[in-house]
Amino acid sequence: MVGLPLLAALFPLDHLGHYIHWGWVYISYANAIVVALMVICFVAAIWVPFPGRNRRKESR
Amino acid sequence: MSSTDIERQWTTRLRHRVTGHLPPEKVLPDTQPAYVASWIYVFGVTTMVALSMVILTGFVLAIRGPQWWHTSDVGHYVNSLHLWSVEVFFFAMVIHLWGKFFMAAWRGRRALTWMTGVVTFLTSIAAAFTGYVSQTNFDSQWISTQAKDGINATGAGSIFNVLNLGQMLMWHIVLLPLVAVILTAVHVVMVRVRGVVPPFEDAPPEKP
Repeated sequence: MVGLPLLAALFPLDHLGHYIHWGWVYISYANAIVVALMVICFVAAIWVPFPGRNRRKESR
Repeated sequence: MSSTDIERQWTTRLRHRVTGHLPPEKVLPDTQPAYVASWIYVFGVTTMVALSMVILTGFVLAIRGPQWWHTSDVGHYVNSLHLWSVEVFFFAMVIHLWGKFFMAAWRGRRALTWMTGVVTFLTSIAAAFTGYVSQTNFDSQWISTQAKDGINATGAGSIFNVLNLGQMLMWHIVLLPLVAVILTAVHVVMVRVRGVVPPFEDAPPEKP
């Protein structure tokens, strides 16, 4: 329960949200962060080697 | 009954057809092709795990009801689990979709696999929307009153009234989850029948 005031201070929910307004792009910071995280995960999923990948290729 | 009669029975024919398309070693395979050893293939199963969690927490919420999830600590917790499972579900599903789109995963007679995934995605959006308007709080009132004009403008408002809590709740907890789960099952069966789509360089040449 101690963390709740801190959390409320970091993410105030009783104010208007913050938005990125760039030309026709109009998106909240929260949604923009989620989209950015998805792109990061997507790129990482392609580039980060999967454990045991080389071993599987050798036994192919 | 002769063996010919037995072979002609619909149960026999259906069994032959099912086991022909989906033998046990395809249902629960021991190995996968080497190209499946990539993180990009993890997001499909992450989506299914999140969906299981959504259904499980949804069962608990349905058993105890709105008074419980609005007023008790455990109710808040399960309600939050339900919400965050949905967040993970969409997060993973969109990355899965991007991965499959750039692999052109409909190749090699996999159109049905792709299309069941697309329709599951659209059904999930509708399920999430009806969930937001079924929360029974000020948030759901705000969302439904904002959404009604958009829905009415499409003409669907005559049969799909977002201000009707009972109707939205039924869509959310019966119809849409049923469709989403059935389509997910068909999607997974199709993945098993056709196999995981190979990368472009490993794919067999397409017949003209």
